[in-house]
Parts: sequence; C-alpha cells; structure tokens
Amino acid sequence: MALSKKSRFYMRTAILGVLVVAIIFTVYSNLNKEKNAVLQVGDKAPDFVLVDMDGTERRLSDYKGQGVFLNFWGTWCKPCAKEMPAMDRQFSEFTDKGVQTLAINIAESDLKVNSFANRYGLTFPIAIDRNKSVMESYNIDPLPTTFLINPEGKIEKIIKGEMTEEDIANFMDQIKPS
Amino acid sequence: MDKIVCACGNVNPAGTALCESCGRPLNEETKEKKIVDMRYEGSARRSQTYNKTIIDKVWNFFSSVKVGMWIIVSILVAAAIGTILPQVFYVPATNESDIAAYYERIYGWFGTLYYELGLSDLYSSWWFQGLVGMLGISLVIASLDRVIPLYKSLKKQKTKRHISFLKRQRVYGIGKAEVTEDSLLKAEEKLKSLKYNVKREGNAILAERGRFSRWGPYVNHLGLIIFLFGVMLRALPGFYVDETMWLREGETLYVPGTNGYFLESKGFIYETYSKEESNEVFGDAIDRVGTIAKNYQTDVALYKGPENSVAGHAEDLTFEKNASIQVNKPIKFDNFSVFQMDFRLDELAKMKFQLQDKQTQQSFGEFTIDLANPQPLYELNEGYKVEVLDYYADFTGFEEGVPQSQSPLPNNPAFLIKMYSPEFPKGETSFVMIKETVEPLGENKHKIAFQSVETRDVSGLTVRKDLTLPLLALGGLIFMIGVAQGSYWNHRRIWIQLLEDGQTVVAAHTNKNWLSVKRDLDEVSKIAHLPEYLDQDDLDSLDEKVDKEEGV
Repeated sequence: MALSKKSRFYMRTAILGVLVVAIIFTVYSNLNKEKNAVLQVGDKAPDFVLVDMDGTERRLSDYKGQGVFLNFWGTWCKPCAKEMPAMDRQFSEFTDKGVQTLAINIAESDLKVNSFANRYGLTFPIAIDRNKSVMESYNIDPLPTTFLINPEGKIEKIIKGEMTEEDIANFMDQIKPS
Repeated sequence: MDKIVCACGNVNPAGTALCESCGRPLNEETKEKKIVDMRYEGSARRSQTYNKTIIDKVWNFFSSVKVGMWIIVSILVAAAIGTILPQVFYVPATNESDIAAYYERIYGWFGTLYYELGLSDLYSSWWFQGLVGMLGISLVIASLDRVIPLYKSLKKQKTKRHISFLKRQRVYGIGKAEVTEDSLLKAEEKLKSLKYNVKREGNAILAERGRFSRWGPYVNHLGLIIFLFGVMLRALPGFYVDETMWLREGETLYVPGTNGYFLESKGFIYETYSKEESNEVFGDAIDRVGTIAKNYQTDVALYKGPENSVAGHAEDLTFEKNASIQVNKPIKFDNFSVFQMDFRLDELAKMKFQLQDKQTQQSFGEFTIDLANPQPLYELNEGYKVEVLDYYADFTGFEEGVPQSQSPLPNNPAFLIKMYSPEFPKGETSFVMIKETVEPLGENKHKIAFQSVETRDVSGLTVRKDLTLPLLALGGLIFMIGVAQGSYWNHRRIWIQLLEDGQTVVAAHTNKNWLSVKRDLDEVSKIAHLPEYLDQDDLDSLDEKVDKEEGV
C-alpha cells in the first residue's frame, strides 16, 4: 500500500504541522511563564475580597463597569512612597469618571500602613493582603506593580516599577468607562 | 517516481535496493556490492526518494540520522555550557539589573558576557527548547521513515530468495554436497530445536528468530517521544508547580500555586546530634565541625478556604490536618507536596520595653511590641502610656530627617514613640533603636528601656506538584524496554536452498552477534551435511580458505 503523491504530501504536512505547533506552543508558554507566570494582558483579573483600613469590604467584582487602578505596594518601598501622592491626586480626579483606585499592601501591620497613609495624606482605599493570597494570585514581583483593569474586568496593562504622575493620569484615562 | 518491478514479479516502491520479496538487487550500485547493506533490508526509505516539495525537503532533513546526531551534539554542548556558571534560578536576586550586577560582581567580565549572551537562563531560552523540539521532530520522522518500510519488507520476504541475494550475504556457502530431502528435514528439525521459526517452500528453508529485536530502536524512540511529551505538558497550567515560600512561626499564609490552601507554622525545630547520644557515629565529626544537624522540621496546620472562594478571604478556613514536615517527608495534599528546604533561626518577633525615669531608673510599667502587629497605644501604670507613632522594621538611617526602612523584615527595628506621663500630658517624643535612643524634640525626662526579646524561626518551604511524573516514568520504562529489546536479542536468519543444478546454498544474516549465528549454522551443518560457508566480511577466514586451497 504505497501512498499516492498527494496523500503523502498531506500526511507529511499533517505530521510536521502537529509537531511544529506542539513545539511552538511549548516554547511560547515557557517564555511567558518566565515573564509573568499566570497573568497576562487580556486575562480576566482574578477576583479578591479584602477589608480596607476603614473597614469597608472591597471586592474586585463589585467594580464591574468601572476601571480599576490596582496598585500593590509596601511602606518600605521607595518608588511606592514617591508615586503614591501622585496617585492620590489622580484618584480624586478620576474617581467621579468611573476609575477606582485600590492600593494593596503586602502583609504589613495596621500601624505601619496607617502611619504611612497619614504621612502622605492618602485618601484612596488601602487594604492589607495579610496571608499574601492576593499577591500570589496576581503573582506580584517586584513592588510596586500596578494592574490596569478595564470596565469588563480584563487586565489592560501590567506596570512594574515606578510611575510618574503623567503616566498615572494616562493610565487612568485608558481604563475610563466610555 | 516509478515503482520497480522485479524479475520475480513483485512490485517494489521506488528507491528499493533489494526486492522485498525475492531479494534480488534492484539497482546497479547494489549489484556491484559484494555484501549488501541489510540494515533496513534494502527497503526504500521514503525520505531518500522523494524530494519535490518544500515539505518533502523539511521531512528529509529531519529524517536524516546525521542531522539527528548533530542536533543531539548541539543539545549536549549547549547543556554543558549552561553548567559553567549558576543559572539565574540559583542567583539571589530577582530583578534584571540586580541579576546582571550579581554576575558581574562574582564572575567579572566573563559573568557579564555569560549574562548578556543569555546563557544565564539557557534552559528556558527559546533556542534551547527549540533544539529539544527539533530532536523530538527528528525522532518521530526518522523512526517513521524507517520502521514502516522495514516492517513491510520483513513481512513480505519470501522463503525462497534469489541466489543473487544469498550470495551477497556475509555468511554464504555453496557447493555440491550430499544434501537430500531427508537432510533438509533434519535441518528443519534442528533449526526448530534451536528455537528458530522455520518456513519451507519447495526446496528452500528460511529459519528466523528474534525478529522483534529489530523494533528495539523504534520502541526506544517511542519512549523518548513520550518522555518529551511529558516535559511539554509541564508548560500547561495545572500540570506542574514549583514554588517556594517563607513561613514564620505563628503565621498563616496562602500556599502559592495551590488553589485555596493555607499553611500555618506551629513551630520550627532544628536539632543537632549531641556527643553523648551518638559518640560512636558522629563523635569525630562533631569534634571537627562543631555541630551535626539531626533534624529540620516544621510543624504545620493545613487549612483550606471555602470552595470557589476568592483570594484575600481570610475567614472560614477549614482545618484539614496537622503535619510535621521534615526533610524528604513532605506534607501531601491534593497532588501537592510541601517540602522542608531552608530555614532562618531567631528572627526578632517581640520586644519588651520599660518606661523609666532617666535619672532614677524607676519603672512606670512594661509593654511588649509584637513586631508583626505593633499596637498604636500601650497603657501602662496609672497616668502613664506609650504611643507608637511609627515603626521601621529594617531601619537604615535618616534621609532628610525622615527615618528609612529598607525592607519589611525586622532586621533592625526602630520606633518613633511618644511617652505620656502626669508631668508631660502632651507627651515626650523619642526615637528608639536597638541599643540607642534619639530625642529629636529635645531632652526628655523619661526613656524607653529595652528589656528582652522574643524570636521566632522562619521555615523555607518548597511547594511541588508534578502530574507529568507517571508519564515520564512510562516514557523511561518504554525507552529501557526498547534498549533491552535491541541489545539482548538479535535477529538471525538462515537460508538453505537446494538449487536445480544440484548445488546447495547456505546463507545467514544477523543484525549483531555473528559468532552465534555461525555456531547455529555449524550445528545444522553437522547433521544436514551442508556445504562449508565463508564469512565474506572476515578477511582472515578468506585468506585461510585460499591458503588451504593452494596447499592442496
């Protein structure tokens, strides 16, 4: 049973195709794993619920229909201290336009977070991720890392490192509900 | 391309060197050979015959054993280069610039070069994984291209082969011997007793054993392909988790990579051997190095969050079990294993202070600050209290008058404190560090005196999940079966034919271990009186034969 020329061509193309697709998939997903283990732009932002410093429960899915500027930070992190006052100014600017700001501190103490918020006069909601589960599900490294979440609940952009006030304003504008 | 029709009537695929059925050489090149190449039974490896389309060309490239070998050599060399310096995975830095700086600091210009060339993360580079992928393609295509034609021609082979095939076998003999029908029967019987599979067609005998040994290399390749497939699955979410976590005594943390599991550390235990209990075994070693570790152990409680719960939710954890994690004795749950990997002893946990009169050292009460959760206010004796304004876990100094902390770890705790007393109802401000106090707003009457400290240990744990292991084991097993199949068995064939002119022909072929097949043939010759054979590849035996003939 010798294959005809045509079916040989199709057979070889099929086998090569399957193998090449498998390899490209593997290499591609491994490379992405390196950069950002699970979350990528376009993914649905994992839901979470945290109680903020004022005792209000903040659940990400409650913000559906609004943009969320989700910032992960630490009191000891210098770029965080630099960008947060700017974030606060833009928060007041954008909160009525449907862009919410939420800052998540990684497992520090209430005292520390409160003293930091008071020193810089921060008014946006701050919550502490005490058991680091939100940090793990967003795969945070390094601090600060900011996620732009659009009104559909999808990740629009992931920013690692410090942002200028201009950046912050542009980013918030980007996730403004239309 | 055209098919080749042999004189015997069999239709062979284009490119066939030896007729699948009768064994006649089909091209000039083969006809000129004294001994034919039997590796693939002279079958047509398709790759060598069709070379029309781009797909054919790619196919033929990967079908080549030579190409496969070069791929293996490249992987070997690359993998070896990756071991010259530690990979980024083992470097104590997380961001790009720190990693680059580390390589430069430790290994100099070579380290920089190594990092710049991307060799520091070689095993996850696209080109290394691409090479392994190419090896996979090569294995699949080269195997398919050989095993199918080989299978076909071994299946099609006739008992009666043409003399032109037989005389090109390495072991070959022809002569006018006293071979009769009776001796053929005897030969058949003998071959059967030697565990050969004997076929008879007229005056021709084909005895064959161990054909399955020919499939060894392909079974072996199948094992490798399964193995590579298993490795590939690791890239899919849910199949493979390899994470680390630091867990402090008393802390409850989310277990990274798991879906809703939490671990609480109830305590870390580090034990060493004492000289009394193990003088005989470790006595000398203890004298030499001081301490020998006996046990690293983290006692943990495992909790699970509610089904479908979202991250951050710290309530409603259900207790699953208690366990003691020791080296090589992980806690196991839901396909995850958490291993004891590392530890840090005696991290500061709580600090006890006294509010004192600076002059008289009279105490107005004690308070303990939990560094993980400092309280804003500590009530002391009647009329005395202490307010903690701020806390710096890893204090490094002042920058423009502002205290700095470089990490959230309590390596060097410092506090900004206000002391209230009946004399100073508005409070006195003090900056309290370890072994030192600064009074930023002028001379105080009172001071915070350090009393004692409580520490806690930190466990370094690794979280592992690997659903591909069974597949890797299966691949490995099949690989080994293939190796054994091809190494410990061999495919032997003996042909005996009575020709019409009264001569008798014997020929034998084996893929390895020629001595054994010759011995088998000798035994048959003894009872069946077959003509003597020659090993046409063994020049010594040829010379011997010539000598004998000349001598006579």
